[in-house]
Amino acid sequence: MTAPPARSPLHAPAPHDSAVGHVTGAAIYTDDLCPPGTLHAAIVRSPAPTGRIRSIDTRRARQSPGVCAVLTADDIPGDPCIGPVVHDEPVLARDRVWFTGQSVAMVLAETREQARQAATLVRVELDDPGPAPILDVDGAIAADSFHTDPHRIQRGDVDRALASLPAAGGVVVSGEVRTGGQDHFYLETHCALALPEEGGTIRVISSTQHPTEVQRMAARVLGVGQHRIICEVPRMGGGFGGKESQATAPACLAALGAAHTGRPVKVWLSRHEDMASTGGRHPFLGRYRAGFDSRGRFVAFDVELFSDGGWTADLSGPVMDRALFHLDNAYFIEHARFVGRVCRTNKASSTAFRGFGGPQGIAVCEDAIRRGARALGLRPEDVRRASYYDGEATPPRDRTPYGQQVPHPRIIAMHDRLVRTSDLAARRQQIAAFNAAHRWLRRGIGLQPLKFGISFTHAILNQAGAFVVVYSDGTVQLNHGGTEMGQGLHTKMVAVCADVLGVLPGQVRIMRTSTDKVPNTSPTAASSGSDLNGQAVREAALRIRERMATVAADRLGCDRSELTWQDGMVRGPDGQSMRFADLAHACWLERVSLSATGYYATPGIAYDAAAGQGTPFFYFAYGVAVVEVEVHALTGETRLRRVDILHDVGDSLNPAIDLGQVHGGFIQGVGWLTTEEVLHDERGAARNTGPSTYKIPAIGDVPLDFRVELLDNATQPGVIGGSKAVGEPPFMLAIGVIDALEDAISSFGPGPVALSLPATPEAVLRAIHRAARRPEGRDPQGR
Amino acid sequence: MPRDLVLTTTVNGEPVRKLIPANRSLLDFLREDLGLTGSKHGCDVGDCGACTVHLDGQPRLSCITLAAEAMDREVRTIEGVADGTLLHPVQEALHRHVGAQCGYCTPGIVMTLTALIDDAGDTPIDDDMLREALGANICRCTGYTKILAAAHDALRSGDSQSGKAAGEIG
Ligand code: FES
Ligand code: FES
Repeated sequence: MTAPPARSPLHAPAPHDSAVGHVTGAAIYTDDLCPPGTLHAAIVRSPAPTGRIRSIDTRRARQSPGVCAVLTADDIPGDPCIGPVVHDEPVLARDRVWFTGQSVAMVLAETREQARQAATLVRVELDDPGPAPILDVDGAIAADSFHTDPHRIQRGDVDRALASLPAAGGVVVSGEVRTGGQDHFYLETHCALALPEEGGTIRVISSTQHPTEVQRMAARVLGVGQHRIICEVPRMGGGFGGKESQATAPACLAALGAAHTGRPVKVWLSRHEDMASTGGRHPFLGRYRAGFDSRGRFVAFDVELFSDGGWTADLSGPVMDRALFHLDNAYFIEHARFVGRVCRTNKASSTAFRGFGGPQGIAVCEDAIRRGARALGLRPEDVRRASYYDGEATPPRDRTPYGQQVPHPRIIAMHDRLVRTSDLAARRQQIAAFNAAHRWLRRGIGLQPLKFGISFTHAILNQAGAFVVVYSDGTVQLNHGGTEMGQGLHTKMVAVCADVLGVLPGQVRIMRTSTDKVPNTSPTAASSGSDLNGQAVREAALRIRERMATVAADRLGCDRSELTWQDGMVRGPDGQSMRFADLAHACWLERVSLSATGYYATPGIAYDAAAGQGTPFFYFAYGVAVVEVEVHALTGETRLRRVDILHDVGDSLNPAIDLGQVHGGFIQGVGWLTTEEVLHDERGAARNTGPSTYKIPAIGDVPLDFRVELLDNATQPGVIGGSKAVGEPPFMLAIGVIDALEDAISSFGPGPVALSLPATPEAVLRAIHRAARRPEGRDPQGR
Repeated sequence: MPRDLVLTTTVNGEPVRKLIPANRSLLDFLREDLGLTGSKHGCDVGDCGACTVHLDGQPRLSCITLAAEAMDREVRTIEGVADGTLLHPVQEALHRHVGAQCGYCTPGIVMTLTALIDDAGDTPIDDDMLREALGANICRCTGYTKILAAAHDALRSGDSQSGKAAGEIG
């Protein structure tokens, strides 16, 4: 280690809890487990997007070598449907199919090869395809096909404001934004292994962000009590929201197979299957009218959002809610009307993905800002600077359209600071000079602010539990309800626990997340993993320390309140001390309990969806990015030249991990906005189901110069260690790439700037041609 | 049905002899027949690098390599990179820089970088060479920044003597 050892493990840049396992290949993931006798599953999938099932012929498959069983919906003993909000997802199709790729039957065989081979022999006959499949938002609107009723958030009088602005020197612009889907592309695909144990218990080892959901749903599907199912999560090879609800179906299938055969059953999806049958980020359509006053302030915003939810409701309702909550991004908009509705289509179900609707809402908001700025002849960053929430203004501009207070004008200070440290003004001049001197290569620079609400917007989910055990030798086992998917949660939780007990992090061993240790948990999602679980861990550890303190005070001859706990030692006020290990042993001798649970529920959050008003968030996280790009007018290729980020993570629990979240989140956002294009065929089947056709950022897409700074002195009151959530927010800073690209594109001519998303080279080329006012397919005319 | 064959090869210095189907991929052979699960299935079509191993010292995507190709050759996997408890400088640097988040791409990245370094001998490796070599490895978590930093550091730290005992870290 190069860093000096910190006195407290909190706020130290400690490596990841699994770091040695990661670099030596010893870290275990679900697919690495395969006890002897394991049966392998292959899923038979619907060949068409709609239709009634006439027959499923499994005879030939059953006779295929190595096959042990072929299961269909008829073999499900309990509830055939699962779903995180609405129970509308048949684990195996019953009478109808809803999308190409839907699970229809499951083959279990001795080897993966044999199962796959046999699955090709199952005949699924469909008839009555019914009306044509609905494949996108437009088709769903035309067919009136929706999962939800409209959710409305309103304030002020939008229509009047928009009508009166032009006469007062302001502008009104309108626009339509379409954001694309995105595949999670966690490196580890979905996987679950179910092990039958005695007494009818089934242990499901799952790569899931939500073990309790797996437990609950597997119990329903099997028709047994939740006490007969244990869900365990070793770690995930990435989640990003893709394993919040959609790991449940493979896990339930594994449990079903194990219950049916009495043998271990593994369900593993190949990359192709994973991309074809599980959903990603919701594509959105946003239509808006936006009004700005003569000083460039964002005054009125009338927005209609539609999302493509796919075939089941999944988490689409809450995703839409969060999109609506972020249509204001960081701006005080006095008159607002935000309406959102989830479309039902015949495609894989869209689901949670880092940002959870926030990116889509903010992308629409920022499109309005850029369009308004152009109409006013201002730079977008000036419109932003004039429009921020500002509680210190008179009258205060500090209430969101849904009524939550935005307590301090932190974003303004961060904006000003990054404009200075990124040298924005001087670089604009250099870029203008560069563009004047180059015909085919152009540069652009943009700025992206961010305010992101932290908490599950479904208030019930904002609770967490932990279970801490101290052994008589002073070593500690830590269990909490969160799951580890690479975000470093376990490392942070070990630090919280070690800090409270005053032991070294090496004395604390983190255990696999398991529903028999910590029950009734929430998903590890909404960036809230360390906020919620950290408080629960702290409470559990504090309870044990309180009990141990009585014994320590007695041995050290001082008052309990005079004790200090650090570095594996417990010290009294006058230099007397004892080892934590000896104290643990003494507690055992004196029959003092050395284990405790902890529990936490976030206070003060509530939201009334019918009224569109409330306080859905515990606090907001902030960030600002300045992005410089270079585009090539002959190829449409884009290069990130330099990115500066100033991000607010409160008092970081672990700066090394948090920086990694900022880097990774930003680049994943760049992928969504520039390289990753989800394509479907006329059956709604995913067309690009592998890394050769679906381009996630590679090392060559990383900015040449990437400067990230974590805001200091940023203590967040009421959160563990004064920290803030960091998992999702940096993703949205990538929207600054669009700001920069549009800046570069506008240098090609006076035509309209209309860049479609994702801004692939093709899209950039089209936008350059339009800006240069040249017909499609011809070279743009440089100056 | 594919024919079977007897594969004789050396894996991480150990001689191995096994009857396998002729169409078995090297990745499945390592993971399922030998229980060496450090190499990962990322895509199974040769486009992500998570399955990278060394075949006679050269990086190979084991998902699109037949196990039979390893006949009478030397295979090295992620499990054979550390020297006992002594981490290779590449492993040590990735660890120190927090270059792994979920860790699923990490074995492949270690194998790519160790092959590059071993192969280069005395030729200095610059940033472009690193980026080019790592272009074959996809990481969805880190944004690559810390991986690159770790790679540069590993180059600076030189021979494997500077590695640290794995048991002492973390
Ligand atoms: S698994 Fe071999 S390259 Fe992806
Ligand atoms: S660390 Fe997760 S894919 Fe690289």
